[in-house]
Amino acid sequence: MSDRLPGFSTLAVHAGAQPDPTTGARATPIYQTTSFVFNDADHAASLFGLQAFGNIYTRIGNPTNAVLEERVAALEGGTAALAVASGHAAQVVILQQLLQPGDEFIAARKLYGGSINQFTHAFKSFGWNVVWADPDDISSFERAVTPRTKAIFIESIANPAGSITDIEAISTVARKAGVPLIVDNTLASPYLIRPIDHGADIVVHSLTKFLGGHGNSLGGIIVDAGTFDWSTGGKYPMLSEPRPEYHGIRLQETFGNFAFAIACRVLGLRDLGPALSPFNAFMILTGIETLPLRMQKHCDNAKAVAEFLAGHPAVASVSYAGLASDKYNQLARKYAPKGAGAVFTFSLKGGYDAGVNLVSKLQLFSHLANVGDTRSLVIHPASTTHSQLDDAAKVKSGAGPDVVRLSIGIEDKEDLIADLEQALSA
Amino acid sequence: MNHDAYPDNYIRGILNSVKSIAMVGASPQNVRPSYFAFKYLAQRGYDMIPINPGHVGKDLLGKPFVASLSDIGRPIDMIDIFRNSSHIMPVVEEALTLDPLPKVIWMQLGARDDAAAAKAESVGIKVVMNRCPKIEYGRLSSEISWMGVNSRTLSSKRAPAPTQGMRLSLNRMSVGGGDTAASDRAAKNKTEQS
Repeated sequence: MSDRLPGFSTLAVHAGAQPDPTTGARATPIYQTTSFVFNDADHAASLFGLQAFGNIYTRIGNPTNAVLEERVAALEGGTAALAVASGHAAQVVILQQLLQPGDEFIAARKLYGGSINQFTHAFKSFGWNVVWADPDDISSFERAVTPRTKAIFIESIANPAGSITDIEAISTVARKAGVPLIVDNTLASPYLIRPIDHGADIVVHSLTKFLGGHGNSLGGIIVDAGTFDWSTGGKYPMLSEPRPEYHGIRLQETFGNFAFAIACRVLGLRDLGPALSPFNAFMILTGIETLPLRMQKHCDNAKAVAEFLAGHPAVASVSYAGLASDKYNQLARKYAPKGAGAVFTFSLKGGYDAGVNLVSKLQLFSHLANVGDTRSLVIHPASTTHSQLDDAAKVKSGAGPDVVRLSIGIEDKEDLIADLEQALSA
Repeated sequence: MNHDAYPDNYIRGILNSVKSIAMVGASPQNVRPSYFAFKYLAQRGYDMIPINPGHVGKDLLGKPFVASLSDIGRPIDMIDIFRNSSHIMPVVEEALTLDPLPKVIWMQLGARDDAAAAKAESVGIKVVMNRCPKIEYGRLSSEISWMGVNSRTLSSKRAPAPTQGMRLSLNRMSVGGGDTAASDRAAKNKTEQS
């Protein structure tokens, strides 16, 4: 029993999974069941009271989902994880543990448009007030801190332009403010960036993207870094105070450095209900086994495509942090040395009309609202993912009217470049 | 011993070798962490002895409460202390008067007293601080994986489905040992600040 650390690819294949105790099945079985029998009345009571490890009901936990949870926790270097139905559901569950009505959280202005909408409208109706800050100006985070601030939320590689966030600088602000730093690591995946190594306290993913990787299954996950002390000052009563839902259990005291993941499960998932289907968990697990191979190919292809676009006469500009000339290149070298991801934007000299024309002429790229698929994808954010933002907010979030977003797949790069070339000249 | 991060083999060795565990501060209230741990360890086959002077005459899951370590009246392998850091030293001092000495003194999650640990270690007693034996047993056996917890172990072997009273194998391959690096660092920083 040596205490050596296996590599990332080994964890991607093995972490959380072992042959099925009953059948010996080597692939993780799909435990497609709503509920699990108890051994006896005492066993049932122990499970409901959180005294024993085990399964009750798939809205609280499921053995297939548990393999996915442990695997992502291992890949991110966290203490525990909780899988839910989508990345959006993960964000609701996280903030439910941290904010009371009237509280605030600070969020980077450069985010997935769906998150901007969720924070601005849905969360506001819960009394969770978002305060925006500029990830290119760290002092804007410091200025946004108030006594009601309960968390800071950023994306490691930010949608849509693939800009790189200075996680360590913002984690310093969070530590000083005494609040956890939440990092959405969807566009990087732990293969490129492990935010916990840079000071994140909570990592969130849309599993739908690179982790699942095949554009076939929705899912979200919350990873607890085990780094935040929830007990100070009663600021996080879901974790530090006796919970009436469980006859007065204090979660931090009972579960230590994975208490946040437990809170998300037993107070969030249990009561809000966004459970992940075990079938989706199985599909995503299968995807994760090849994450290192796919992610490297995604990045290598993206760099080649970005270089091609940067040299094309019809292109006005390319925002890809992997290009040496890009304003985020230094941060990319620091945080994502293996590659700057595969989602980025470019703008056309012909503006909005040229963008629409390009999208209609492409033969291999699929025009749809997703990223992180094996297939290459294209979208015009201003009219789709970011369409609910006003014009100024569109520009601020990197989704101006002339901007086209690409998510580069794992096809042969020569074919992707040829497709773009014919569409740009058509 | 570096008490910021324990190698898995250290914890594994303790949990594989001890048979009897006296739990100081065991509570009969079924929402207290000590009750959770007592019940779990008893179900996994450990010989559990609840120590709590306030409950002498009653029993905890069929085991009679004992007033103090000195009143146990038979050798014990491990003392598991469910008290705050400020109440650790007197318990350790009492433990050091036992004959034979216990092999292990374990302090629960959140409890740490480096001076008491040094005293115990100077007479050859193994010490664990700020950990829970239930969590560590569940982690090394991977039983805790049901809760989405990173067991930091791997195995390609088929394990039996756990049943009541069954001791589980803790001999899985460790991935790095101790806690994850980030949570270790956070715990260390907290210790240094306090």
